[in-house]
This record gives sequence, structure tokens and C-alpha cells, in this order.
Amino acid sequence: MKPAFRDAFLSALVALGLFGTMIGLVTTTSPTGLTLRYRPEAVAIAVAVVFAGRLLFHLWHARHRPAPKAANAARIEMLRRGGKILAPALLVVAAILPLIAGRYYLDLGILVMTYVMLGWGLNIVVGLAGLLDLGYVAFYAVGAYTYSILSTTYGLGFWTCLPVAGLMACGFGVLLGFPVLRLRGDYLAIVTLAFGEIIRVVITNWVSLTGGPNGIAGIPRPTLFGLRFDMSGGPGTFAGFFGIEPNVTQRVAFLYYVIFALALLTNWVTLRLRRLPLGRAWEALREDEVACRSLGINVTNTKLTAFAIGAMFGGFAGAFFATRQAFVSPESFTFIESAIVLAIVVLGGLGSQLGVALAALIMIGGFEVFRDLQEYRMLVFGLALVLIMILRPRGLISGRTPSVALGTPKLIPTEQLPEAAA
Amino acid sequence: MTALLKLSGVSSFYGAIQALKSVDLEVHEGEIVTLIGANGAGKSTLMMTVCGNPRARAGSIRYDGQEIAALPTFEIMRRRIAQSPEGRRVFARMTVFENLQMGAEVAGNPDTRTTMDEVFALFPRLSERSAQRAGTLSGGEQQMVAIGRALMSRPRLLLLDEPSLGLAPLMVRQIFAAIRDLNRRTGLTVLLVEQNAFQALRLAHRGYVLVNGAITMAGTGAELLARPEIRAAYLEGG
Repeated sequence: MKPAFRDAFLSALVALGLFGTMIGLVTTTSPTGLTLRYRPEAVAIAVAVVFAGRLLFHLWHARHRPAPKAANAARIEMLRRGGKILAPALLVVAAILPLIAGRYYLDLGILVMTYVMLGWGLNIVVGLAGLLDLGYVAFYAVGAYTYSILSTTYGLGFWTCLPVAGLMACGFGVLLGFPVLRLRGDYLAIVTLAFGEIIRVVITNWVSLTGGPNGIAGIPRPTLFGLRFDMSGGPGTFAGFFGIEPNVTQRVAFLYYVIFALALLTNWVTLRLRRLPLGRAWEALREDEVACRSLGINVTNTKLTAFAIGAMFGGFAGAFFATRQAFVSPESFTFIESAIVLAIVVLGGLGSQLGVALAALIMIGGFEVFRDLQEYRMLVFGLALVLIMILRPRGLISGRTPSVALGTPKLIPTEQLPEAAA
Repeated sequence: MTALLKLSGVSSFYGAIQALKSVDLEVHEGEIVTLIGANGAGKSTLMMTVCGNPRARAGSIRYDGQEIAALPTFEIMRRRIAQSPEGRRVFARMTVFENLQMGAEVAGNPDTRTTMDEVFALFPRLSERSAQRAGTLSGGEQQMVAIGRALMSRPRLLLLDEPSLGLAPLMVRQIFAAIRDLNRRTGLTVLLVEQNAFQALRLAHRGYVLVNGAITMAGTGAELLARPEIRAAYLEGG
């Protein structure tokens, strides 16, 4: 008990040092210029909160000793069962969402689903192949601009441009992959970060092609086998063809199903690839590059395909983003987007498909839920992130399912693993 | 007897530092050859140079009559050369089964199951643990995974880098017995890098001594074991 108090006291001292000036002093304008106002009561409250928080933290820790092994095993079994039900349940809810939800939730659903797809795409690069990519938004931007430019300049439709956008992003993935082949970890992260910025800066400044900071407007919406979703209701539109009242919700629901299908495609491809030699080579690469070489794996090609395929899904998502917004500008492709997608992947548990989907739901959905908190939203959001990473340091779903097994696969808690070397 | 692996005048560098100085070495088909030497003598470098990482800057490396010094690593490893690298380097988060499978996949070994059964027969421990993550195994078991993984490609030449590193004496004997057994039964050629000179020389048909990147002595295992300077330098107390 005593060390807990001492630690809490020390924390409170640090808080006093920090908050004494940050909270305790306020500048106010007065007729004579700026004057300082003192707020000792606010400092006292902040310090007290830190003291109490630190004390509670210690008490909580003392109570939650690592559970005995048997209980741990039971918990894992329960989690596994829960996971088995959770994934199909989420899928069903996602599939019928347009039938049960209103316009607002449907729009939110589209947003969440976009991030689920981006998360799954980045998961290939970061989660499976272990290549830390901080510039994933570049591929998102490439996909979005490919569709925007092709559709507004040449009048091509969404479905024609979708594969082109994917291929373009794929090409940029290889372009990024080549110079960073020899890099790993922090160094790789820096270069990918720079790459993301380069793409954004090029888009901002290449005004003749991309419209620069003004962006591109009037990007056409996707059609369903040639049927448009507009409000005229005439022939050639969705409502006119089926003889129903035109309604905005129809278009939103359609967009939702488009991104839902794209996300499922990403997931399906990833799950398939994991069972193929290529997917296993990615995972082996994440574990140990030298060992991969010694087994005759072409590390160059393995890395490039990871970048290329991850980028391709980013490109698909980008094209969808463009068609949904009907407007793109460089502002949508800043570093924060890369950071959010990466946070989703890490939070979900590197390599776990279900974890990534859950993390996207929590991060994007949760962010919207806290909208009423206004400027404190970012604070709550950051706190939530820190808390999750403290409580589940390896992400929400940290167990890795083996891709092949003799007999029934057995799940082993990651807590038993030594920390993987970077 | 023709040499399966023949190094002549091989030099290799890490940056400006010369790690191997014109090394000549031969490994014949069906032989166990061991390479002994002190820390930093260049043993592992020699093994890695055979694998093309780092590349030999001078000299020739011929495998099965073909020059391989200029090939990229993955091309070399596809010619039925397998390596169990220093420090084991198993894929920690993947299961034993997946680790073994990784060894077979790239070599294009079509009959994975039979090979895996052979590995399990050699190391029964691995079959008990096949669904377990490799990172949760003990050091000795991980070494078995590393050797088993290398064997999955059905190699002609097996390169073993310090299989006894950090293992209990009993485990070392087990691993060495397995190597001898493999060599006798299947005629597998083995190049073994070891610190544990006494056991390695007893196991090997022939041995080389590497000092500061150059071969200083060569001979049969028994001959080297009998040399007083070897006894003094590598066997005292061991």
C-alpha cells in the first residue's frame, strides 16, 4: 500500500510541475494589454485527479494478478467460441443494415466499411508481411484520382475504372516497393511516410491534371448494370426500371452494398492467399527475413507482391471514395488517414481479419458516437486508444489461427510467446 | 570422389573488412565436413557466403559442377542446398507444422507428407508439438524445427550453423546423433559449423580449422583431434 501512495504522490508532483503553468496561468486581455490570471483551484483539481487516478491504477493492478493457467485456458476457449459466433453475426448485421437502419446509420456504415476495407488492405502489408507502411493513404489517393480523372475527362463509368484504379495503385505499390526493399522497421516507416506525402504534394501542385487544391468535382455515381440512381425516375434509372418511387436511400443503400462487396472481396482474397505459399511466405517474412532467404524464398518478389496487392485494395477503396463523395481534393489524403488505418490494423491485432473489422467499427463508429463531445472528442479518442493498447497490447484479437494444421488446430495464447524481435 | 561443393580462393567482405581470405574447401558427396574455429574466425561468414549473402568478392564456389557464386540467394537455395541458420531463426508465431511446410514449399517438393513423416521419425518430439507455435518451444526443440525445416526440401547438401548453440549437453548429443543417422541412412552431405570442436570432429569425416578468415589446418576428424595444437586451442576444458 505504501509504495502505491508514494508513487501516486510522485505522479501528483509531476502533474503539479506540468499543470502549474499549463492550467494554472491564463492570459487575458485587459485595457493595459495582456495580463496573467491565476487559477490555483483548477491546478488543484488536476493534481488531485492524477493522484487519485494513479492510486486507483495501483489498486486495480494489485487486484488483477495474472489469472492462473486453467482459468486462462478457459478464457481463451470462451474467446474462441465467442469469435466463432461474432464474425457471422457481424456479417449478418452488415448484410441487412440497409433494411434496418436509417439514412444516418447507413452513411456511417459506408464510412466504417470503407475503413474496414482499407484496414484489411493494409493488413496484408503490415499484418501479414510485417512491413510497416505509414503512407498507405497514397494508394487510396491514387485510386481516387484515377477514377476521378478518367470519369470526368473520358466519361468512363465506375465499373470500368475500378480495375484500372486498382492496377494504378498496384503499380504505385511496386514503385514504392523497389526503393525500400532493403529497409525494415523504422527506416521503412520513414520512407513510406515520405512517399505518402510526395503523392499528396504532387496532387496538390499538378494543377493541370488534378485541379490542385481545388480538387475535382462532379464525379459520376456508380450504376447498377447501367441503371442510374437519380431522382428523375425516368427510363434508364433504377427507380424507373423497377417502377418504384425514386428515393435517395436507394442510392445510399446501393453505395453501401458496393463497398460491402469490395470489403468482402478484400477479406476473401486475403484469406485465400494466407493458405497459399505466397501468403505463408509473407507471414514467414514477417517472422524472420534471414530464415526466409535460407529457405530459398525470393524475398524481393514476396515484398513487392505484398506492397502491390495491399496497394491494389487501397486503390479500389479510393475509387469508391471518389464516387461516393463525388468530389476529391488533396485534403482527404493527409497523413492522419494513414495513421487512422494503421491504428485500426494495430488495434485489431496485426494479421487478424476479425480484429481489424472490430477496430474499424470501434474507431470510426465510436468517433461518430462521441460527436456531442465536440472538441473533447479527440481527447476521448486518444485516451481510448491508449487504454486499449495498455489492456490488450497485442491488439483486440491477438491469437493467430494457423493456416494449415494436422488434426484440430490448437490456439496458444500469445502471452506465452517471447516478445517477437523487430 | 568428386566434390559436391568446392570453394577455391573465396574472399568475402563486410564493407571494408575482409572476413574470408582466399579460402579453399571441399565437401564430397556423402561426407560430413566440419568447420571449427574461434569466435569471429569467419565460420558463419563462410556458410553465408556459400548461400550468396554476402557474395564472394573473389574466387569461385562450385556446387555440383556449376558456378554458384554469382547467383542470388534464393536461386542457390533452390538447388537442393538447405541451411539451418545460426541462432535457429524459426518462425516464432507460426506452428511447427507451418514451419516445416515453409521448408518444402519453395523447393517445390511435391511429396510434403512423406518428407514430414521422415522428419517426425527423426525428431519424434516435433510430431507431438506440430500444432504448437514454434516460439513457445524450448531451445533444443527449436533447433529440431530449424533442422527439420531445412530437411523438408530434401536437400543434397545440408549446411548446419552451430546446431549446438545454447543447448544442454544431452540435447546436443541427440541432435548430433540425428545428423549422423541421416548421413548414414540417406547419404546426406553435411557441412557443419561448430564451436563445440570435440563433438563436431568426432562426428565428422573431415574437418577444417578456420583462423582469422583463413584455413590453417585440414584433415580427417580423427587426425585433427589428435593434433596437439588443436587440443590446446579448442579442446582444453571442453
